[in-house]
Amino acid sequence: MVAETAPSVVTAAATRAAPAIRALAWLARRAEAVAIPLGAVLVGLALFGLFLLTLGKSPAALVDLVWRGGFGSAFAWQNSLQRAAPLLFAGLCVALPARLGLVVIGGEGAIVLGGLAAAVVAPPLSGLPAPLVVAAMALAALLAGAAWIGAVGALKAYRGVDATIASLLMSSIAIALANHLIEGPLRDPASLNKPSTLPVGEANMLGAMPGIGVHWGLSAGLLACLAAWLLVERTTLGFSARIAGGNVRAAQIQGLPVRRLIVGFTALGGACAALAGFFEVVAVQGNANATLAAGYGFTGILVAFLARHNPLAIPPVALALGGLEASSGLIQRRMQLPDATILVLEGLLFLCLLIGETAYGRFKIFSPHLWASRKASAT
Amino acid sequence: MKTDLTRRHLLGGAAALGLAGLPGRARAAGPLTVGFIYVGPKDDYGYNQAHAVAAKALKGLPGLEVIEEERVPETNAVEKTMESMINLDGAALLFPTSFGYFSPFVVAEAKKNPKVQFRHCGGLWTDKDPKNAGSYFGYIAQGQYLNGIVAGHTSKSKKIGFVAAKPIPQVLNNVNAFLLGAQSVDPSITCQVIFTGEWSLAVKEAEATNALIDGGADVITCHVDSPKVTVETAARRGAFVCGYHVDQSPLAPKTYLTGAEWDWLPIYKSFVADVQAGRVPPNFLRGGLADGFVKMSPYGPAVSDGARRNADAVKTEMMKGGFEIIKGPLKDNTGKEVLAAGKGLPEKAIELESTNYLVAGVKGAV
Amino acid sequence: MSQDLGLWTVPLAVIGGAIRVSTPFLFVSLGETITERAGRINLGLEGTLVFGAMAAYATAVLTGSAWTGVAAAGLAGAGFGLVHGVICSLPRVNDVAVGIALMLFGLGLAFFLGKPFIQPSAPPLPAIPFGFWSDLPQVQAALRVNVLFLVGAALSVVLWWAFRHTRAGLVVRAVGDSAEAARAMGYSVTRVRVLATMAGGVLAGIGGAYLSLYYPGSWNEGISSGQGLMAVALVIFARWNPLACFGAALLFGGAGALGPALQSVGVSSGYYLFYAAPYVLTLALLVATSSPDRALAGAPGELGLSR
Repeated sequence: MVAETAPSVVTAAATRAAPAIRALAWLARRAEAVAIPLGAVLVGLALFGLFLLTLGKSPAALVDLVWRGGFGSAFAWQNSLQRAAPLLFAGLCVALPARLGLVVIGGEGAIVLGGLAAAVVAPPLSGLPAPLVVAAMALAALLAGAAWIGAVGALKAYRGVDATIASLLMSSIAIALANHLIEGPLRDPASLNKPSTLPVGEANMLGAMPGIGVHWGLSAGLLACLAAWLLVERTTLGFSARIAGGNVRAAQIQGLPVRRLIVGFTALGGACAALAGFFEVVAVQGNANATLAAGYGFTGILVAFLARHNPLAIPPVALALGGLEASSGLIQRRMQLPDATILVLEGLLFLCLLIGETAYGRFKIFSPHLWASRKASAT
Repeated sequence: MKTDLTRRHLLGGAAALGLAGLPGRARAAGPLTVGFIYVGPKDDYGYNQAHAVAAKALKGLPGLEVIEEERVPETNAVEKTMESMINLDGAALLFPTSFGYFSPFVVAEAKKNPKVQFRHCGGLWTDKDPKNAGSYFGYIAQGQYLNGIVAGHTSKSKKIGFVAAKPIPQVLNNVNAFLLGAQSVDPSITCQVIFTGEWSLAVKEAEATNALIDGGADVITCHVDSPKVTVETAARRGAFVCGYHVDQSPLAPKTYLTGAEWDWLPIYKSFVADVQAGRVPPNFLRGGLADGFVKMSPYGPAVSDGARRNADAVKTEMMKGGFEIIKGPLKDNTGKEVLAAGKGLPEKAIELESTNYLVAGVKGAV
Repeated sequence: MSQDLGLWTVPLAVIGGAIRVSTPFLFVSLGETITERAGRINLGLEGTLVFGAMAAYATAVLTGSAWTGVAAAGLAGAGFGLVHGVICSLPRVNDVAVGIALMLFGLGLAFFLGKPFIQPSAPPLPAIPFGFWSDLPQVQAALRVNVLFLVGAALSVVLWWAFRHTRAGLVVRAVGDSAEAARAMGYSVTRVRVLATMAGGVLAGIGGAYLSLYYPGSWNEGISSGQGLMAVALVIFARWNPLACFGAALLFGGAGALGPALQSVGVSSGYYLFYAAPYVLTLALLVATSSPDRALAGAPGELGLSR
C-alpha cells in the first residue's frame, strides 16, 4: 500500500527535475524491464546448471546448444519462429478474456474445432478460386472458435458458470467431438492409417512466407497481437473491459454492458485460437486429423500469463518458448539427455521469471523516485 | 574381420564417389549419420522401445553414428527435427518411425533434401512419392495369429479380448489375425474389441482391460503404443495375456502366454549397409516372420504342450513365406463377404494396407 | 467360471470404475480445496500428481514397500506445495502463473528422473476384497477397494467437519475470505497459506501414488493424461465443499468407465462421444446448478478466480 502511493508523490517532483534527469529516469525504468527478466533467466540457468552438474553434464554445453538450436542461425530462427506461430493465437485466447478477469484454459478445444471447420468447408468449394476458398475456410474457423469459447463467456455472463472449469470441460468435449467426426462421418476413406478429413486441396494451401520459410500464421499472429493490443489499450471497448475486469459492480454502476463485454472478449479469444487451427490445416497438414490437438492451447496459457496478458508481450514470450523447444532436439542428440530436460529448464526459467516480478521497484538504480527521495532526505 | 574389411572397402568406394564430384556423397566419406525419430518416449515398453532397441544395437557398428530424438509430435515440428538432423548433424539416412510423420512431412522433406534417404515406418509410400523416400513395415499380424492360436488353446470361456487404439488398417489386421488364429483351434471362439481412441491413455487402457475381463474374456492382447498397462492389469485380474511390440513377460510372469514382437534390427542393418555401399535402399519393404521383421516372445509357463506344438507348426509354415491369414471364404462381422472361397491374401498383399473390416466373430464396429 | 452378465456389466462397471478411477481426482480436489479455502489457487497439481506417481513408484521399486512409496509421494508433494506457497507469498507474484510453471517443472522432473523406472515392476498397494460375498468374479473385481480410496472418503468427511468445527479449519477459511480480517485477528496469513498449499501438495502427491501403485498401477509418461488439471477444476464444481468433492470424483470416475463398458456389451459406435460423458455430465450439472445471481456461492473471497 505504502509503496504504491510513494511514486505518485515523487512523479510530481520528477517533473520539476531537469530534462537530463528525466531522460535518465525514463531510461532507468526501461532498463529495469530488461534487467530483471534477464537476471531471472540467469538465475534460472544457474540453478539448472547445478542440476546438470549433479548429473555430470556440462551446463556450458547446454547453454551453447540452447543458443545454437534456438537462435544461433537462420535455420534456428526459422525453427523457433515456426513453433512460436501457433502460440501467438493460443496466448491471445487466454490474454483477451483475462482482461475481464476470466481464466480461460480451454483454448485447445477452439484450435481443434477451428481447424476442423476450416477443413470441412474446403472440399465442397473446390473449383472456386483459391483465395475465395481460403477466405471461406478462415471464416468457418473464426465462427467455430468464436462460438465455442463465446459459449463459455455466455455461460459465465448469463448463468454464472465459472469460465475456468467450463472452458476446460468444453475443450475435452470439443476434442472428443472432433475425433468422432474425423474418424467417423467426415473421414476420408482414402486416409488409411492416419484418419483425416478430405484434403483441402493443394491449390488452397498457403505456402511459406517468401524468404523466411515460416508459414503465414506467424505474420497473421503478430498482426492479431497488435490488433488485440490496440483493442485493449486504445479503444473504449478495451477500457470498459479493463474496468469490468477490475470490479464488476463498479462497471455495472457505470452502465457498462458487462455481459456483452464478456461474451465479446471470450468470442474474440476463441476466434484467435481457431486461427491457430486454421493455419495448421491450411499451411501444415492439408486436412484435419487428430494432431490438431498438439497441446498449443495449453502452452498458450503459460505464454499469456508470462506476458501478463499484455498482447504485445506475447510475441517475445512465444518466441522464447519456441526457441527452447527448438533446441530440445539438439540437447537430446548432443548431450544424450531425455526430452524432459527442456521441460525442467522451462519450468525453472519461468519460476525465476515469475519470482522476478516481485523485484520490480526494489532496486534503487532503476527507481527514479528513490533517487529523488534520497536527495530530498539529504537536503 | 571380414566385415571390417568389406566396410573399409565400402567407405573407400564412397569416398572415391565423393572425389568424383558428387557433392552429396562427400558426407559419406566420414561416418554415416543415421537419425531416428520417435513419437513417444523411447522407453515406453512398446512401439517406440522396439525401434530404440534396434537403434541402440546399431550404435555398436563401426563407421556409423546414430542420433535419436524422442517425443516428436506429428506436426511440422517433425519437419524441423529432420532438417535439424540433416543440417546440423549431417544425417544422410533418416528413420521417422510414426505413421503420422509421413504425409505431408516426410514427403516434403524428401523433396527438399534429395540427397538424403528417408525411410518411414508404416507402409505408406507409393511410387508417386519421392524416390529418396520409402516405407518399411512388418506384417506383425502373423504374430497376432500365433498369439491367437495359443489363446485358442488356453481360453476356457471361449472369449478373448483385444484393447485397440484406433480402427485403422494396421490395428484391424491384428484384431482379425488374433481371432482367426484362435478360431483355427476352435471356430466357436469370439473376440471382443474395445477401442480407446488414443495411442497412449493409461487409465482408459486399464478400464478397457477390466471391461473385457468382466465381459468374460480370459485371454487379452492389445495394440496400443505401450502395452504395459494392459498386460499388468490383465495379470492382476488373473487373465492370460499375449504381448505386443516387445517382450512383456516380466510384467506377467504367471499368465503371459507369448507375444508378437518387432525385430527392426535386420531392416535397419540392411538399409545402413545399402547407404554405406552407395546403393539406394529399397523404397518399399514389407515382411513378416520369414523375413525376420517379426518374432515371438518365448512361451510362458501356462502354455500347454498342445498349444506349443500347434503354434510351432504354423510358425514353421509361416517361415516358408506366403502364409495366408485372410483366406476365403471369409465374411466380416456384418455378414458381408470379404473374400470368396479359393482366394487368399499372403502377408505381403497390398490389400492388407486398406483393411476396413472386422472378421465374423469379432464383437465391435469399425 | 465367470458367467455372462449381459447388460448388468454396464452398471457394475460404472460402480467399479467409480471406485477405481475416482481416487486420484478425490485426493487432488481435496488438496486443492484446502489450498483454495486459504485463498490461493495452485493450478500446478497436475505436476505434483505426476511427480508423486513417479516418486512413489521409484521408492517402491527401490525399497520394496508400496507404503514407503506413498510416504515419498506425500513428501515430494509437500515440497512442491512449499515452493508454490513461498513464491506466491512474495508481492505481485501471480499464483495461477506460478502453478503453471510448477506444473511444467513437476512433469519435466518426473519424466527426467522416472526414465530408469519404466521397466521395473513395483509392489502394488493392497486392496480390500469387499466383494467376498459374491460368487461372481465381476462383482468381486468391482468391489476390490483400495485402502487409499477409503482414506480419501474418510478425509472428505473429516475435512468437511473440520472446516466448520475446528479452529484450524476456521482459521484457514478466515484467511481465505479476508486476509485483512485474518491479519486483524492476529493470524499470519502467509504462514496459513503456505501450510494450506503444502497440505494440498501432500494430498496431490498421494493421489499420484495411487495412480502408479494401484490403478492403473504402472509408471509411464502417459500415466495421468491431465487428471490433475481436471481435478483442480472440479473444486469449483464442488463449490469448495469436501463432501461435494467426493461426489464429483465418484461421478467423474463412474462416467469414465461408461465408454469401455458400453463397447463390451455391443454399443460400439461413437465411443469418442461416450468417452466425453464425464465432461458433458459435469458441464450439464454445472450449468443446471449455477445461477447468475448468486455466482459461486461458497467461493473464498480472496480467490483470484471468483473476481
